[in-house]
Amino acid sequence: MRETLSLTINGASRQVERGTTVAAAMLLAEQPCRISVTGGPRTALCGMGICFECRAVVNGVPHRRTCQLLCEQDMAVETNP
Amino acid sequence: MTRTEVLVVGAGPAGIAAATAAAEKRRSVIVLDDNPSAGGQIWRGATVGGPRRADTQRQRAIERLQRSGAHLLAGRCVFSADASGTVQTFEETASGSVAEEFRFQQLVLATGARERFLPFPGWTLPGVFGAGGLQALVKGGYPVAGKRVVVAGTGPLLLAVAAHLAKDGAVVSSVLEQATLAQLAAFAASLWEDPAKLVQAARFRAKLWKTSYRTGCWVVEAIAATAGPRLAAVRVTDGARTWIERCDLLACGYHLVPNTELAALVGCRFQGSFVQVDDAQRTSVPNIFCAGEPTGIAGLDAALVQGEIAGLACTRRSDASLQKRAAKEHAFADRMEKAFALRPELHSLPRPDTIVCRCEDVRYDSLRGHTGWTDAKLQTRCGMGPCQGRVCGPAIEHLLGWRPVSVRQPLFPVPLEALCFHDGTTEMSKSNEPIEEKA
Repeated sequence: MRETLSLTINGASRQVERGTTVAAAMLLAEQPCRISVTGGPRTALCGMGICFECRAVVNGVPHRRTCQLLCEQDMAVETNP
Repeated sequence: MTRTEVLVVGAGPAGIAAATAAAEKRRSVIVLDDNPSAGGQIWRGATVGGPRRADTQRQRAIERLQRSGAHLLAGRCVFSADASGTVQTFEETASGSVAEEFRFQQLVLATGARERFLPFPGWTLPGVFGAGGLQALVKGGYPVAGKRVVVAGTGPLLLAVAAHLAKDGAVVSSVLEQATLAQLAAFAASLWEDPAKLVQAARFRAKLWKTSYRTGCWVVEAIAATAGPRLAAVRVTDGARTWIERCDLLACGYHLVPNTELAALVGCRFQGSFVQVDDAQRTSVPNIFCAGEPTGIAGLDAALVQGEIAGLACTRRSDASLQKRAAKEHAFADRMEKAFALRPELHSLPRPDTIVCRCEDVRYDSLRGHTGWTDAKLQTRCGMGPCQGRVCGPAIEHLLGWRPVSVRQPLFPVPLEALCFHDGTTEMSKSNEPIEEKA
């Protein structure tokens, strides 16, 4: 049995399978992880914690590397401005 | 602060082998890794989905590590170290960031490698990933079933990634390898000396019978959808002809570059881009060893044998049969480097307005006229964002020939709150994972 959990991504409620990384959840939700300094939307590139493109605001804490972070129940994730 | 005899940084194959070898000889061993679990990149396990066909080699190695008595501490990002015997990490927990300090007698650097990225027009679009990058995200729960994917770049990783994506239901329309057929044929012929690697390559290819595998081809542009900033197609060339392939996702990486920042910080001597080691994996710094990709991009088998050599060397032991295997794998690394050497046309991938430094959005044209890193950093902020040049550094070395100038701590951006607790032994006791303090 696959266990799901729910979190919000940019305010919208999402269900994901337990074990999903926050970066993967943001890709599923088609939301950018961050907005670049010239305003472009960015999503994860390297998937291994090196490139910092996947950093987002998690439970109010900015610049979390979402590819290294697993989703948790009731987590609130937002695009890093 | 936690003391250990042997401290290993990196829980990929090299780090696991080193830690296991040292712990089995009754040394106290701690292994630190930035990722949420052990395995490194090549043995990255899927965190979602039901049980899959287990990678038995990985499973056995991790079980043996657990039995050895070595302590694995995952989620620890090493941001500072000094050769006299300390390493500092931070861990991001639900309640905030926690710094920890470790004291070692011997240190094994098993920091692995990352993908080399080359900037091309459109490479910052959502839908464009590293090759290993997309694979890692899929293992982290991003479903690719039904998605049309182009895999491109160079290196043996491309076939492995394509096979993995296809198994997950992606429609891998092409694998585009920039190396020429002649280069690859010479490499493949050399694999007869190493049948296990040949069988693995053949297995990957067999899983991709619906996919076109083209050599001497590369992606020159990622094209955005008319509806908005997301990938819709790639422009591909073979040097003579250019065409467009529609795709939802692009997985593009140009082989690997070693993670050597920590080795540079503690003052290890380098040989070219790699950490110089002797036949016991000793670096130029006393009591600091290095194993796996930072000593040369040689893959899994080399990492395992070098790791074991380093782990034994920490206990002042050696094994002649391991040395022989290490020499063989070293020759494999040299052949791989030749086979996947970057073609000169890739120097002209970026256009003047192509972003080279993704952290600071520095365009290629703003780098022209600068003589090197120091100048460019001061004038453009290139390489000064959170990745600290890990992505643009190797790209710029390829494009402009600039070698990195210096490495400084912190090696990764550290939250200030973590530094406030610096050296706080009380913080250690809050950690979920009790560690025996072995003085």
